[in-house]
Amino acid sequence: MLSVKGLKTSVEGKEILRGLDLEVGEGEVHAIMGPNGSGKSTFAHVLSGREGYQVTAGSIRFDGADLLDLEPEERARKGLFLAFQYPVELPGVNNTYFLKTALNAVRKSRGEAELDAVSFLRLMREKLKVLHLDDSLLKRAVNVGFSGGEKKRNEIFQMALLEPRLGILDETDSGLDIDALRIVADGVNALRSPRRSVILVTHYQRLLDYVEPDFVHVLARGRIIRSGGKELARELEQKGYGWIAEEAAA
Amino acid sequence: MSETPELDELVRSEYEHGFVTEIESDTLPPGLDEEVIRAISRRKREPASMLDWRLKAYRHWLTMSEPHWASVHHHPIDYQAISYFSAPKPKEGPKSLDEVDPALLETYEKLGIPIEEQKALAGVAVDAVFDSVSVATTFREKLAEAGVIFCAISEALQDYPELVQRYLGTVVPHTDNFFATLNSAVFSDGTFVYVPKGVRCPMELSTYFRINASKTGQFERTLIVADEGSYVSYLEGCTAPMRDENQLHAAVVELIAMDDAEIKYSTVQNWYPGDEQGRGGIYNFVTKRGECRGARSKISWTQVETGSAITWKYPSCILRGQESVGAFYSVAVTKGRQQADTGTKMIHIGPNTSSTIVSKGIAAGHGRQAYRGLVRIAQRAENARNHTQCDSLLIGDHCGAHTFPYIEVKNPTAKMEHEATTSKISEDQLFYCRSRGLSGEDAVSMIVNGFCKEVFNELPMEFAVEAQKLLSISLEGAVG
Repeated sequence: MLSVKGLKTSVEGKEILRGLDLEVGEGEVHAIMGPNGSGKSTFAHVLSGREGYQVTAGSIRFDGADLLDLEPEERARKGLFLAFQYPVELPGVNNTYFLKTALNAVRKSRGEAELDAVSFLRLMREKLKVLHLDDSLLKRAVNVGFSGGEKKRNEIFQMALLEPRLGILDETDSGLDIDALRIVADGVNALRSPRRSVILVTHYQRLLDYVEPDFVHVLARGRIIRSGGKELARELEQKGYGWIAEEAAA
Repeated sequence: MSETPELDELVRSEYEHGFVTEIESDTLPPGLDEEVIRAISRRKREPASMLDWRLKAYRHWLTMSEPHWASVHHHPIDYQAISYFSAPKPKEGPKSLDEVDPALLETYEKLGIPIEEQKALAGVAVDAVFDSVSVATTFREKLAEAGVIFCAISEALQDYPELVQRYLGTVVPHTDNFFATLNSAVFSDGTFVYVPKGVRCPMELSTYFRINASKTGQFERTLIVADEGSYVSYLEGCTAPMRDENQLHAAVVELIAMDDAEIKYSTVQNWYPGDEQGRGGIYNFVTKRGECRGARSKISWTQVETGSAITWKYPSCILRGQESVGAFYSVAVTKGRQQADTGTKMIHIGPNTSSTIVSKGIAAGHGRQAYRGLVRIAQRAENARNHTQCDSLLIGDHCGAHTFPYIEVKNPTAKMEHEATTSKISEDQLFYCRSRGLSGEDAVSMIVNGFCKEVFNELPMEFAVEAQKLLSISLEGAVG
């Protein structure tokens, strides 16, 4: 579904990603771990099409299309979803209205009929239950005055509504207490399906206690230096990142 | 980070209503002297006392000079180069729409306000002003049943001269300011509304203004009187055809609310703003003022200003009656080379008076705008309260927004609150929306509409929809 080959990316002239390779198959959950500054978030942003990241080499194919040719909204409509590390506030923009507009933009591009207000509300209530989100959140402006946990849950809620082919969670676990972490993890698990893939970008192993990945990759200095199964995450938890980096350098 | 292409483009959407109706005008030659004023008054068949009032204003105007304190810049205006009267060729006063020049009706059609349909539509009566003379008034009869007078002010001066003259110039006196004084001398037409005691006006009253004849200054005069315990909601919307020369528009609006009366005055203004260099736009120098004369009376101004090259406008409330309430809700958009210096004045005179100000300024391109607001609490105004909220939104790096709050408090019991913010549509917000599948254009429109929400909530339903659409059109072109 997603094939990244030899990806190099610079930010303001500084090379961050230095030849990243990654293959994600349908229905797979991949965790990308790594120390601070290794390029994890940069990778998430490049996938979603954020400006300010210059791809200098390599390719990204997503469901057969050249991802780098597409605008951010086109990527979203093709089924790519990024859950933000720092969700953005939109004062005065009603959360329900925002979600309905987004969902209908995605549906329209897929050639599906737009949802009317009634069917949208029904769909929303259904998805709300999964994430234990309060109704009142929907009446408020997007992310305005939300607690850290509410913001993160709102991201996963959006993902549940938009039903992407590939969900990328950028440090979704950061800043969450254990209860909020569990709710977010439940939400992600509920979204797992043979047709949907997930990339978990995370610094810590603890999210992986709740969302079990099929593959774990270690990113350091802009490259994936080791890949393995979920046991790799445990090993990292015990030994830290240092030993792999040393091994890779050797 | 540099400006994104969509922000550049967004700023360049062109004015949609740029067309000129071919129609014979009965226009006075350019220039202004007492003879011109006499000619206007004669054409309007006004009572002699009106002519005296106009001449008094004119003589006072000669002693005044054009004000330059506002934060706007323009070339000097040659008042002798303006023609002060232009009327569609009269066919002995049209009695029905069938008698109205078809070219006129076509103009309205282009603007999307088909009068034929409006007759049937949601109880909105239209007193359409084409250039300076009212040519079609609908719903008059239904209003008359309720005792509401809604007509051209020139007609009102013939039919109810005493009523009009009892109130005219009592809120904005003929000596008030340079442009209002000029208006008093030369106003050609406008609207008069009188709602009698205890009457709730059965429909929203609406006037569409349109400037048409080239080089003709527009000097509209509107007077709305809500007698004791009455209620009226008035909608004013405007567009203008594309022109090369600057056109001066100096209107005066006076509102008077007696005991327990309420007036809601809503404006959507979309006059031609000029081309990208700012050539040819409308100069909109308007004096709007309402007086809460009676106890517990209420006046609210709601405005959405997207047009004009220069806007100079401060809809104000004089809160004379005890416990009277004034409100000002405003959205002003400046893009291209547009300039706006706008705001409000809340003058608290009576005890327990309160006022609310919500101002939302949006600047894009090279647009400049200033919010200028005065809140004055007079000595006798015990327990007066004011809440002011003043937010500016910048789109791009070349625009500017400034806030000039003036607060004068002469009574220690006053409670004043002032909040002000300036923000930019951030790349983060745009990207967030786009990453959810929205186009850049929809994203900007959504963020801007969210920013303006508190003001749109104050508009009557159908007007709010129109205003949102107008805002989206104004900021169109944000293709990702």
